[in-house]
Amino acid sequence: MLNNKDLLSINELSKSEIISIINNANSYYHDNKISSKKKVLNNFTQINLFFENSTRTQVSFEIAGTLLGANVVNFPFNNSSQSKGETLLDLAATLNSMNPDILIIRHPNSGAVQLISEKVDCPVVNAGDGNHEHPTQALLDILTIKKRIGRIDNLKIAICGDIAHSRVARSNIFCHKKLGNKIRVIGPKTLIPKDIDKLGVQVFYNMIEGLRDIDVVMVLRLQKERMDGGYFSSEREYFHLYGLDDRKMKYAKPSAIIMHPGPMNRGIEIDGDLADNLDKSVITMQVEAGLAIRMSVLELLLKKKSENV
Amino acid sequence: MSKITTLINAILIDPKTLTQTNGSITIEEGFIKRINGPARGNIIDCRKYCLAPGIIDLGVHICEPGERHKESFKSASMAAAAGGVTSIVTFPNTKPVIDNPELLEFFMKRARESSKVRIWPTAAITKKVEGKEISELSFLQDAGAVAFTNGLKSIENPKILLRALNYASSLDSLFIGHCEDYYFSEGVSATSSAFATKMGLSSTLKEAELMGLERDFLLADLSEVNYHAAQITTKKSFLRIKELKSLGKKITAGTSIHHLLFDETDIKNYRTFFKLRPPLRSNSDKLFLLHNIKDSTLDTISSFHLPQDEESKRLPFERAAFGAIGLQTLLPACLKLVNDKIIDLPQLFRKISLNPAKILNIKSGILEEGYFADLVLFDPYKPLLIDRFSLLSKAKNTPFDGYQLFGKVLKTFVGGEEIYKSRNINDT
Repeated sequence: MLNNKDLLSINELSKSEIISIINNANSYYHDNKISSKKKVLNNFTQINLFFENSTRTQVSFEIAGTLLGANVVNFPFNNSSQSKGETLLDLAATLNSMNPDILIIRHPNSGAVQLISEKVDCPVVNAGDGNHEHPTQALLDILTIKKRIGRIDNLKIAICGDIAHSRVARSNIFCHKKLGNKIRVIGPKTLIPKDIDKLGVQVFYNMIEGLRDIDVVMVLRLQKERMDGGYFSSEREYFHLYGLDDRKMKYAKPSAIIMHPGPMNRGIEIDGDLADNLDKSVITMQVEAGLAIRMSVLELLLKKKSENV
Repeated sequence: MSKITTLINAILIDPKTLTQTNGSITIEEGFIKRINGPARGNIIDCRKYCLAPGIIDLGVHICEPGERHKESFKSASMAAAAGGVTSIVTFPNTKPVIDNPELLEFFMKRARESSKVRIWPTAAITKKVEGKEISELSFLQDAGAVAFTNGLKSIENPKILLRALNYASSLDSLFIGHCEDYYFSEGVSATSSAFATKMGLSSTLKEAELMGLERDFLLADLSEVNYHAAQITTKKSFLRIKELKSLGKKITAGTSIHHLLFDETDIKNYRTFFKLRPPLRSNSDKLFLLHNIKDSTLDTISSFHLPQDEESKRLPFERAAFGAIGLQTLLPACLKLVNDKIIDLPQLFRKISLNPAKILNIKSGILEEGYFADLVLFDPYKPLLIDRFSLLSKAKNTPFDGYQLFGKVLKTFVGGEEIYKSRNINDT
């Protein structure tokens, strides 16, 4: 059970809530495959409202809802009333009147999902808001770590790349802080936001130094579409300095795992062969864990309601 | 009706001599005639409340012409009067921008028809505040512009800024500058910090203010124009102003009451009423300014009243319009500084009345014979719970909603005429 109506950020979750989401997600694995025996969301309506292009997250939420028995509706973004000038809050009111049981929202502006959540009665899940948070991504990363390493505490985590424009980085930082793990961020100074060290992370501009003794390497997608331009000189220089390859990976612990939220730019932030090396790379496991986490979140947010039915 | 009025039994707040004493003021034909003379004409008993020169709010946006649904001369003037503001110095960023004399004449006609408080217009130094072509500054001056400014927008091209300042200087006019580096400040909504990082907000360096100040002042100094830096909100630019003043440079500076009382963390969960320009700063910058406000470095405190309708604010933070209303709350908000013993009443009125009057060359702000009888009678201790919907501005975007402030305006006089009287006071 979660304390809040919505899941808007990792920051508002307690450590025990994080752990209960992870444990519940773990219970959907049966013989290493994800399934749900109970259709706990039968007759429930889930609306996916993605104001920003997404394929994997949206599909993941869609399958998660479907597996739990919900009727999943994808709000068609391109033809939406947004292009007709309707305000965000009017749209929220409209959707609210359709009585959905849960809304899954992604929006390009930080705080926008929270703004909508204040105007609707049903639970809202933040599927990514601007550069702010992407809570289910951090949760699925934790679940992946748990399944692969066997523990989620006492770890050294390195998050590499475009920290400034990454909600994945922020959610992971907040999450690992709550779990008591040590966090480093590694990237060119142009992509490290101001005063991030005050959030309790160590900052490295040199990747080899930053990767020493690390248990988990999280490589972020270089968000080319977010760039104003001029954050770094060229893709090849970026790969040379910050692209994860065998040479740099040697400095992490031998048992270290590699994570990436996807979609990957092979040859820019990560070497293609290394990404495919299943001894180290857990990238496909993350996608699977994403499904379990989203099922878990949907179930826990709707638990009160489903018990009352 | 007698044209002579005497306000007796008041505590006179005198920002010139920095005293507060019991006394009376006799008003004749709209001007102060005598201090502590015999009571003549219509007698008003001030019952030992504070009587001070009316507030001059420098840098107010009235949304006329163009956006009267946000604020009009009438609503702004009512809000001002209820807040003890007797003079409003307007910014030209209306729709269209006040950048030609015909428009300014229309603007002043509307002001005369609808406003009970004095309106002192500034005009755009560049056409449409685009920072490209110089406006007809001389004609605008003739039409009543008391200063030139580019509003809350800095001029991108330094060559054009220098030419505009030279042109303004040749007319011996005042330039009110917005100190934010153009490139650093366009399109951002917060100050770069751990807070902005945590919230994922587009942000800019607080040093953008110092950069803007350094460039603008350098050019202002070359042009020898009278230069006023409207909003100083960081420690670094404060110290630079102090240094420039100690070098004897011709510069005045002000700040906004909102930046003295709020910091970036008041944004909390993306509260858009706290989206201001410049953006709210860190707690340490705020505290530094607050603890040094008594110093003569910052000459003025203003509200930078900027009305926004609900639609402009009920948006994701980064898309919401910036600005807060402040005419009616300026005095109670400033009285917080007095009640917290940071500054005393005469010192406060130096910054909200006397200094703005001096900078703009307005015959106000001083309790002496020959000055406008623009006065505010107030009770500095009366609790005032701010409810945004009870404020008189059309737009209700105040950051003080729900705040407990202290200080109530009892009467406001402009040119000796009582233009506002608190409903709860029965003292005449």
